[in-house]
Amino acid sequence: MHEMAISESIVQIIEEQAQTQSFSSVKTVWLEIGRFAGIEIEALRFTFDVVSRNSVAEGSLLEIIEIPGSAWCMECGKNVDIQQRFDPCPECGSFQVQVSGGDGMRIKELEVN
Amino acid sequence: MCTVCGCGEGETRIEGHDHEDHSHGHDHSHRHPHSHEHEHDHHHYGQGPARAHAPGMDQQRMVQIEQDILGKNDRYASGNRQWFADHGILALNLVSSPGSGKTTLLTATLDALAGELPLAVIEGDQETSNDADRIRATGAPALQINTGKGCHLDAHMVGHAVESLEPAEGSVLFIENVGNLVCPAAFDLGEAHKVAILSVTEGEDKPIKYPDMFLAADLIILNKIDLLPYLQFDVAKCLEYAHRVKPGVQILQLSATSGEGMENWLQWIRMTRQTRLIGHPALQPQSAAVPA
Repeated sequence: MHEMAISESIVQIIEEQAQTQSFSSVKTVWLEIGRFAGIEIEALRFTFDVVSRNSVAEGSLLEIIEIPGSAWCMECGKNVDIQQRFDPCPECGSFQVQVSGGDGMRIKELEVN
Repeated sequence: MCTVCGCGEGETRIEGHDHEDHSHGHDHSHRHPHSHEHEHDHHHYGQGPARAHAPGMDQQRMVQIEQDILGKNDRYASGNRQWFADHGILALNLVSSPGSGKTTLLTATLDALAGELPLAVIEGDQETSNDADRIRATGAPALQINTGKGCHLDAHMVGHAVESLEPAEGSVLFIENVGNLVCPAAFDLGEAHKVAILSVTEGEDKPIKYPDMFLAADLIILNKIDLLPYLQFDVAKCLEYAHRVKPGVQILQLSATSGEGMENWLQWIRMTRQTRLIGHPALQPQSAAVPA
């Protein structure tokens, strides 16, 4: 359940932005969550709802843009899409693949009042 | 997190770090009882007018953020890492599931290295200071962090713990994370290396079941190998799974109880510390002690 800590970080970043960008409430939060970021989306929605109470983000809509997993295969030198971290290269079957996308998470933008 | 000092959810207790001092003048909403009615009505999220925004159409506006959610933790981690580098400290973040023998391995390690290297320990558990007490019994300075409801240590807690613990220059600092193979993977503490401990009483497929953690680890220890004769654990399969997740990762097989293989681990610590301290004055007294 580190989604709780992640939600706290999201609310904290939004609170900081509310100060610097002068807004008082948030309507929508767009998050980019990578497939390999280790985040359970439903747990994130639940904890965000709880943690955002009494903050500028209270009642805001969480829109999640899931970033697919991509990797670079050292054997065939191609960029490939993978479903799980330890998946072999779908082209050549090699396990020498390096994840190149889908392992991050960030707040992309906010719709604010 | 607390917006005053970045502290976690208010449940964390660090020995010697009095949270009252922060005078958190705000009420953390997550501390009230969770309303479970929410479980039944949360489906409305994600079904709203996604992306149906038009900047300038009304008073609402878009704010580009593009911020890494773990950015704050990463900044604290980076501060810790710098502090460790300045003080010649090799910080190792020990991660595993509960019951893998982390604390036993740690006490055996401290016993073996006592008098040879300066040592210090940060213990993370949800509750109790039992582990720190076990560590202190070896004579090494130890500090307990209780994460309360938290499932992992974060870089900010470790920063505070280091302030209270004040490890000596040139120390090896072992950070024993909360027993959990999921969450600690995401939180950089500023350590030099994550060391994942897996015991043969667990499933050999742990590396592929919890790939994030095994990917984050620079060293994997396969513990309790003295029990292999009594178990159905396929070591070769386990190593194959680990290498599937992280090709080339180094794996040491040992038993903290019988001592078998321990010397390899101790040697890994010595060599890693030496490499880490190249050019740092903390290494000098050691070399000066060797007769010319």
